[in-house]
Amino acid sequence: MSASTTAPRREHLPALPGDDVRQVLWRFADRYDLQMLVQSVRAVARGPVARLVAQGGRHTHDWTPEKHALLKEFDAAGITAAYLEPEEGGFLEGPKNLALALIAFELAWVDAGAATCSLATHLGLAPIHERGTPEQRRHYMSLAAPAPGREPKRAAFALTEPIPYVGVETGLLGGKVRIAEWPEGGEPILEVSKRGRFITNMAFANFVTAAVDSADPRIKGSCMVILEEDDPGIFDRGTPTRKLVHQLSATNDPVFQLRVPASRIVGGYTVQDGVIVPNYDHSAIIEAVFRRTRVTVGLMTSAKLLSAIEPLIRYHRDRFRGAEAVPPGSPRYELGLQQKEDVTHRLIDIWAAGEASASLGFAAARLFDELDPVEREKDRMLAEQGVRGPLAAHKAMRKRQHEAIEFIEMQGHNQALRNEERYQQLAADPVIRYLVLDAQANVLCPATKLWNTGHGSVMMREAVSLMGGYGITEDCPGFLGYKWMDSQLEATYEGPEAVQRRQLSVTMTNEVFLAQFRNWIHEMRQIASVEPGTGACTLASAMHLWLWTLEHLQHARDAQGQKLYQTSRHGVTFPMADALCWLLASRCQILDVENLRREGPGRIQQGFEGTVQFLTDLCHVQAARAAGEVARICSEIVYGYLRHPSWDDSPQCSTCFEEVELRQIESVVPGASGFTSEVYREDGAHDTKAGPCVRAPGLNDFARLRAKLDGCLAGALLAKDRAAESVQKVMIPAALDYPQ
Amino acid sequence: MNYQIIVCGGLAPDPLQTLEPVFDTVNPSLRNELMLPFVFDPWAAHALYEAGHLAKQRPGTTVRVVSLAPKAKLQQVMMTVAQKLPFELVALDGPGGGFTDARAVAAALAEAIASMPDLDRARLLLFGGWESATRGAGAVMQRVAERLGIREQFLAVDELSVAEDGSLLIKERIEGGRHQISRCAGPPAMLAWATGSLPEPPNHPQTGMANMRVILPALQKAKTVTLAQTAEYLRAALPAAVRQTRVVKDVPAAEIARELAEWIRQ
Repeated sequence: MSASTTAPRREHLPALPGDDVRQVLWRFADRYDLQMLVQSVRAVARGPVARLVAQGGRHTHDWTPEKHALLKEFDAAGITAAYLEPEEGGFLEGPKNLALALIAFELAWVDAGAATCSLATHLGLAPIHERGTPEQRRHYMSLAAPAPGREPKRAAFALTEPIPYVGVETGLLGGKVRIAEWPEGGEPILEVSKRGRFITNMAFANFVTAAVDSADPRIKGSCMVILEEDDPGIFDRGTPTRKLVHQLSATNDPVFQLRVPASRIVGGYTVQDGVIVPNYDHSAIIEAVFRRTRVTVGLMTSAKLLSAIEPLIRYHRDRFRGAEAVPPGSPRYELGLQQKEDVTHRLIDIWAAGEASASLGFAAARLFDELDPVEREKDRMLAEQGVRGPLAAHKAMRKRQHEAIEFIEMQGHNQALRNEERYQQLAADPVIRYLVLDAQANVLCPATKLWNTGHGSVMMREAVSLMGGYGITEDCPGFLGYKWMDSQLEATYEGPEAVQRRQLSVTMTNEVFLAQFRNWIHEMRQIASVEPGTGACTLASAMHLWLWTLEHLQHARDAQGQKLYQTSRHGVTFPMADALCWLLASRCQILDVENLRREGPGRIQQGFEGTVQFLTDLCHVQAARAAGEVARICSEIVYGYLRHPSWDDSPQCSTCFEEVELRQIESVVPGASGFTSEVYREDGAHDTKAGPCVRAPGLNDFARLRAKLDGCLAGALLAKDRAAESVQKVMIPAALDYPQ
Repeated sequence: MNYQIIVCGGLAPDPLQTLEPVFDTVNPSLRNELMLPFVFDPWAAHALYEAGHLAKQRPGTTVRVVSLAPKAKLQQVMMTVAQKLPFELVALDGPGGGFTDARAVAAALAEAIASMPDLDRARLLLFGGWESATRGAGAVMQRVAERLGIREQFLAVDELSVAEDGSLLIKERIEGGRHQISRCAGPPAMLAWATGSLPEPPNHPQTGMANMRVILPALQKAKTVTLAQTAEYLRAALPAAVRQTRVVKDVPAAEIARELAEWIRQ
């Protein structure tokens, strides 16, 4: 038997991951339509958008002609039409969530305000796209398409109102709709009054989809209506919002007082006993809209993190070049600040977080692409079965939930051992597929919005700090200071962090989701058995700990006997939601790198080994960080609501040994005192601490899982060291490619 | 009259990238060459934009691009180039960059063009870059034309217009910053373009989508080309960057300018 005395040669990351790598990671290597869209958007982002930022276009919150000119660039590059169907003037077939995610990512690489500006048009159209009548869809979507010789009509979405009305709480609508006229046998004319706040695109929008509540007994509930700039009445665009960030998007506080026909109610209406009943209330519409658009917002922050890597490396390397005392060829000249471990390690943290958040966001976008046609198919099937209305549909779906769980459990079984016929039958059922995908989407969407923007903004601050004072100047390459500030808005709009946490705290306890989560733990274990360097083992242990904690919390009570996991107990539910986000992001990152490992060799021409090795190390770093967060959160919650034992508790103190007694035992059995817990001295006093050490007999499993997880962190910092070494050696472009 | 325009165009590494030669006497290359993002050679790109412009003016004119480059790189680059204007692609899968031999490249391109089944020499306009962003030898297009038997050859072309009688008016750059205008009776002709006068067309994904329906199959059946390497390289290096700093006070601007000019002359 021969043994090698030399370690296998380690490949380093040769160059920054390019389009070929990203296409495989984010699964659009076979979608040339998306690849072209990316190139097209990139040219706009790094050209006109970057030039405008560099020229100081962000220094005013007014909508200037220079900012307005970007809209034409968006039109020409296909950004405006990307949301539309081919028959409406678009050019992309099928669902468009991934396409919009890529657009947001590319624009936000340079400026997220520009991304918001482009996406706000899609947001304005989304209520019509998701819930509009066929006539509404045909009319407004076609108007929004750029055409030769005609400017497209642009949309805005008006939900938010001045305080105290709709904002975080979307149910508190101040906007009202009443019937102005109802001619005999004719269409009712509505009078809509609404004041908006922080409404994007309002400086130039030609029509608005506005959420309003009924102020008339002849209209039931709330709805969304389409308001056009030429409608009779007041269409006041209002003053620009004095926001500090996202200055390349137009944000105003408008006022509307308009008369419109009832056919403008999004999704149509019926008349029942002389009352107009909208087919969709405003909540149903915004739920359908936001669950898709929030993903793109999350990806904006991911783009910022990844865009910061190249300027940071260049800054660190070049930091001392040109100084008389630093000759070319010296380590200080070649590596600059990269000689310091702190610099490279912190950069790795930013990079790993950026990769994980991008993986999570794109996974969510792809999931919605998969979900969209299944949802339509499910709706069709329910309609065929005579199920009408959201409540009836919800009831019908709940009845099938156990079958969805059965299907998921079968997915986790060995193919040879399961009932294949039953499995295929369930797999072919659109309702089952919908339940499975929907349960995932209801978690991935808020997780992307919450974690990508929340943790992303923390890491952007880190990126800015790694640039020193340069980071908070207008001259900072990559506009990092602007990006840091922008990320705070991304964490807020389309539902701030509390809203996402609230949603997650409900959706993550859905049994259909949890059944999938159990399979995912197994999936990570399998990956770990083949590729232990990914950190999948660490992650699986962290997932197990989180799941145990969640199940424990369902029946656990605090020291006062109050139930721990309940809606209003944000101190329990919200941190658990946060912890889940860390796990999901890390899982998606590992799955993406595994996909690259499988699919890459035929597509990546050079540097494959080094690239995969580096990205694998980033996975390990991120998995360890996620595991640490989960362990901290779970431990705090599991133990934090137990009352600390006190010396005054007689049952506890009765187990204490007297000091003299212990000395006697020690003389007979040396070392035995090590097995005792608490001691009191001859004067009856105890050690200076709060009370006896905590013992929690019912939590032994938790302690075991926690100890196992701690052990699973082995190797994580070695991975970080390797990745940091790669960062010192990686080849970067000679100059940043924007502004062009 | 409409034309059959064939544009020869290769790829070049994105000029913003760090281009570090890796020396080898027979096959020098760039460090991590195949990982670098590539662009369509800017000189050939001008030729392509001019071809598209002419095709728009002359209905029935077809534009074909013949490109010799690593196939995977070519596919990536086509994601951008295909959005500029409608064209067909004839792809040759082989080495690109600055160290290939002009003679071998020209032979491969000429063979690919000559083997086109519907080649119509009476309508043929052969376009390409006057030189390239990789090596800039300015030798490939003439060699391709010679191999195809095209005797009307124009170099450093900045403008082409078609007269009413169908003759071609061609403006070429000559020494001294001046242009020479020639009249050519008509195709076949070879025009190796300088910068032309047209801006880069904006990206248009719809055009790209239409193009990709023919470009992707062309990439799939790209013929593999091996280039005979006859040249021997003695040295490959980047231009040296020299930095000299001197702190001065109270020196007039004219004196600083004179000193700088003197330094550059050295």
